[in-house]
Amino acid sequence: MRVAVLAGGRTPERDVSLRSGHRVLTALGESGHDGVLVDPAERPLVETLLELQPMICWLALHGKEGEDGTVQRLLHFIGLPHVGPAAFDCEVAFDKVLAKEALRRAGVPTPVWVTVEGAALRDLGAGVVLGTAAERVGLPCVVKPSRSGSALGMSFVDRAADLAGAVMGALSFSEAAVIEAKIDGTEVAAAAIGAPVEGLPLVEIVPKSGVYDYAARYTAGATDYFCPARIPTDVAADVTAAALRAVTALGLRDLTRVDLMVDTAGRPWVLEVNVSPGMTETSLVPMAAAAAGMSAADMCDRVLRSALARVG
Amino acid sequence: MAEFSIDRFVDLYATRTSGMSASEVRALFAVASRPEVVSLAGGMPFVQALPTEELLQVVREVLEEHGPMALQYGGGQGDLSLRHRLTGLMAAEGVEADPEDMVITTGAQQALDLVGKIFIDPGDLIAVEAPAYVGALTAFSAYEPRYLQIDIDADGMIVDHLEQALIRGERPKFVYTCPNFGNPSGVTLSYERRQQLIALCREASVPILEDNPYGMLRFEGDPLPCLRTLDPDNVIYLGTVSKVFSPGVRVGWALAEQSVIQRLVLAKEAADLCGSSFMMLVTERYFADESRWRTNLASLVDIYRSRRDAMVAGIQEYFPPGATWTSPAGGFYVWVSLPDWMDTKRMLAAAVERRVAYVPGSAFYPDERGRAQMRLAFCYPTEDRIREGIQRLGSLLEDEAQLYRSLQP
Repeated sequence: MRVAVLAGGRTPERDVSLRSGHRVLTALGESGHDGVLVDPAERPLVETLLELQPMICWLALHGKEGEDGTVQRLLHFIGLPHVGPAAFDCEVAFDKVLAKEALRRAGVPTPVWVTVEGAALRDLGAGVVLGTAAERVGLPCVVKPSRSGSALGMSFVDRAADLAGAVMGALSFSEAAVIEAKIDGTEVAAAAIGAPVEGLPLVEIVPKSGVYDYAARYTAGATDYFCPARIPTDVAADVTAAALRAVTALGLRDLTRVDLMVDTAGRPWVLEVNVSPGMTETSLVPMAAAAAGMSAADMCDRVLRSALARVG
Repeated sequence: MAEFSIDRFVDLYATRTSGMSASEVRALFAVASRPEVVSLAGGMPFVQALPTEELLQVVREVLEEHGPMALQYGGGQGDLSLRHRLTGLMAAEGVEADPEDMVITTGAQQALDLVGKIFIDPGDLIAVEAPAYVGALTAFSAYEPRYLQIDIDADGMIVDHLEQALIRGERPKFVYTCPNFGNPSGVTLSYERRQQLIALCREASVPILEDNPYGMLRFEGDPLPCLRTLDPDNVIYLGTVSKVFSPGVRVGWALAEQSVIQRLVLAKEAADLCGSSFMMLVTERYFADESRWRTNLASLVDIYRSRRDAMVAGIQEYFPPGATWTSPAGGFYVWVSLPDWMDTKRMLAAAVERRVAYVPGSAFYPDERGRAQMRLAFCYPTEDRIREGIQRLGSLLEDEAQLYRSLQP
């Protein structure tokens, strides 16, 4: 079956995406599928897809356009099915401001946060109350761009005086910044695949620098990973349950990674969700699949089948 | 439970690799190299200006006349005919050289590495101008030195600062500087400072490492004597054909006294046995015709001058108050200083989003300085593209300033 694997694109995560795409391509090939890599930055996407006539598209694009619903909406328009959530759900999931609110409303625990929008600062004088954000969420806190991936533009803030700089940094990547309480504890990732959705073993993330930033994510050896996570079984069950609730609440499907913190009392907090999780050699989802006894080929095949089941 | 080691050799790597990691800036540059982005980042020579037909002829001659030699290993010091030829090129800048005192390297970049290899033990102090060429810093850093940073102003390295350090008892192994249209500063070391630096270093027995890739790309004014010309005994001189011919041939060289050259040749042989015989012969043949290389160089200089003018005019027109910049009389780069609250590394994502790229200033310091600076290269894009890029950058700077003001209590 012909599968177009969309990877590359024009975002700062371009290289990561190409690595993910090649890995997916190999895995699909091992399951006997006819995968073709399509880089929307190299060739006009619509034209290429109309020519290729794939049965389905696999979105290995990371960052804006690939994860925010733009490409999904376009594929829907030209009548091509794709792996992963529908455009609207991607749009919500990719935007931390919207996703956190949706999670809160669904009763899924997510750290307390304040949103600061660039337009509100520039045009509405929001700057004068920025200081109160630190009081609301407490220090240290984490400042993130609302719409970006791979921890790009993220910074930890220990002192109130550094908050403005961190907000400017996040706004370099996105029109809004999320100022979020920093949860101390264990960082874990929960992969969920298939339909009905199934949680894979949790991956525990221990960056050597103490911060899981861009360098810690993409420098081989800069982070230690443990799978399953070294947390008590009952806590792990709670974490997986919280992750699956997040997946359901946001209408996600096929392949999702949920990033969480487990605080010192063993409570899970959902930080964010990824509708096109990294599939590179240093990525978490392939690791979780391996711990569940699944090869990359098995996992990709299952993900693909769950998407195809919708096509009928 | 399984511990996933992404890199099973992670505990085996040498300490010097600790700084070699993935970075946001690199990720952004992957996007910046796309055609829709005006890249004012990379210092790529405009090789399109070279006459392809002539080069084809050069390559054909080399293969016809020296085929077996061009395709064979050569000596570690590099082809003698090329060394002879390059003494002529140096003479054009007033540097006298004996081919025996030279080693051909894979670009001057390899010479930087080899000099680091033969001079620097871990923890040794070396003096570098600040800001300094990022490739020199990365080459040296592999040998784990401590840095004595000597700031520059409009007249180049502030030699008084070096003098004060020497008086304090600091003893750097060498002093690194790019005195002509420096990278990244675009600044040229003044004649007085040259004399002062020469005298000071001779007195203190500290060798100078003179990196001169841009000296022949002068747009106006009279050339100043190279440091090597002023003191042949205490200056290790690095040259390259990358900017006056082609970086693709990877031909650079070091000129120094015999004892240094002997070690550099041994270090070179240990690194890669010898340079590319083929490319050395091509380079020799290219420079054999003096009127050819001078004509081509003159047209390159005209192109770069117009691009410099376009960039400086664009900055004057579009950059907000509070920005200052250098107006280089040659070379590839304009160095921009912004108000201190700006952070060019943090701002790069927004710049790339607006389809323009630059190199954040912090790349050119071994520590965390240079946050509010940026290097803009005018060598590669056309004048129209430069103007467009500068305009995009200017509007970003305006917006950043507005955002910053809005965040002030």
